[in-house]
Amino acid sequence: MKQMNWKELPHAGTILKAGNANEYKTGSWRSLKPRWIEENCIQCLFCWIYCPDSAVMVKDEKMTGFDYDHCKGCGVCAMECPGKKGSKAIVMEEEGK
Amino acid sequence: MAVTTTKTVAVDGNTAVAEALRQLNPDVMPAYPITPSTGIMQSFTSFVSNGKVDTEVILVESEHSAMSAAIGASAAGGRVATATSSQGLALMWEMLHIASGYRLPILMALVNRALSAPLNIHGDHSDGMGMRDCGWIQLFCENAQEAYDNTIMAYRIAEHLDVRLPIAVNMDGFIISHSIESMQFIPDEEVKKFIGEYIAVDPLLDIDNPKSIGALVLPDYYMEHKRAQHEAMTKVQKVVQDVSAEFAKLFGRKYDIFETYRLEDAEVVLVALNSAAGTIKDEVDRYRDKGIKAGLLKPRLFRPFPYEEVGAALKNAKAVCVMDRADSYGGFGPMYMEIASALYPHRGPVLFNKVYGLGGRDLMPLDVDQVIDETIEVAKTGKAKMAKEYITVRN
Repeated sequence: MKQMNWKELPHAGTILKAGNANEYKTGSWRSLKPRWIEENCIQCLFCWIYCPDSAVMVKDEKMTGFDYDHCKGCGVCAMECPGKKGSKAIVMEEEGK
Repeated sequence: MAVTTTKTVAVDGNTAVAEALRQLNPDVMPAYPITPSTGIMQSFTSFVSNGKVDTEVILVESEHSAMSAAIGASAAGGRVATATSSQGLALMWEMLHIASGYRLPILMALVNRALSAPLNIHGDHSDGMGMRDCGWIQLFCENAQEAYDNTIMAYRIAEHLDVRLPIAVNMDGFIISHSIESMQFIPDEEVKKFIGEYIAVDPLLDIDNPKSIGALVLPDYYMEHKRAQHEAMTKVQKVVQDVSAEFAKLFGRKYDIFETYRLEDAEVVLVALNSAAGTIKDEVDRYRDKGIKAGLLKPRLFRPFPYEEVGAALKNAKAVCVMDRADSYGGFGPMYMEIASALYPHRGPVLFNKVYGLGGRDLMPLDVDQVIDETIEVAKTGKAKMAKEYITVRN
């Protein structure tokens, strides 16, 4: 998303377009990154329910991965993930590793 | 077009402003009465009870709520006004920035009163100067006529599409708000025609076009918002001049961004706001009769401050005494700081600062004479004995 200069801002900074927070990328705030291990996933969708953002992508009622443009790396999904037979389907890893 | 003639009436400042508000007929008026502005709301609520206005008055539980309700009503798309003084304005402070940041053209009748402590209900400019940096347009008025006229002009200035900022119209508590003067009202129909219909920008009640205000803005955008707000302020001066010119053409009374009184060739100049200017004008006349080239500059538009024009108007004086009815403890008075900034580009006159009239202390003609005498001395010697000093105080 190209950053606007002060002349391009809408009057008073009013948000005129519904849902435009989607265009504002906040993934760069992250220091820890969730990694999805598909073979351990039971598709319970706890991660989708608990994500405080909307960063768990779901298609046809199935978890398909993370939206890293908006995931802030809070780790709630990894904490809540029940995994399969003691192995988590979401693990947190340091960014840049 | 012929100038509208009106009959002369005798009213106090609060009644004059209440009458202006009746004629402006705002959609919403949230307020919490406080001395000395109480009379405005007292008169206005009787207009509401008697069906003279269409205004929805919201009697709130505090001034913080009054300004909050004003912001909500203005963001919804209404024409909004409120009235307050002193501690009431201080309690609004947090919301004052929000009104200007949201670019809402709210009108405030501000009857200037000292701030506590010690508790005092009388007139000085501590409250108005305290809102200096809140992003509001500030107009100052010498008497009831000016308070009425500026209130009538206020929406035209605040609602101009280049501006869209809140505006405060200041008059001195008690000295003006409670003193009966002769003045003239403009007929209702003429006021209605002059102010015109209000068209809100992006009103929240336009439910077919949903929108959101008040979003969090982080370091990557905050400065762009503030720069845009500053730009709106830079447009105010011209709008004030244009609206005042139209007002003068229709109603005969001339206003500019500041008033000069016998200033053109003046060597000894006083600068003062509001009611003190009336007393000073009399004393300037007395000194002129004695052959002293005395003059006065009375700012009307304090925010945005017209530095260039004020600097040009004062640069040829020999000595200028800036009189402040408010103090910035440990600093110069707020008006002095503006005048010093305005004169900086010029080699200019010797400048000094007198703090007077705090908490309603009278400024008598003899007090003004003392200031003029000292300014004459400063003009002669080229040196001010004290850069800043209190006058009208027991030593």
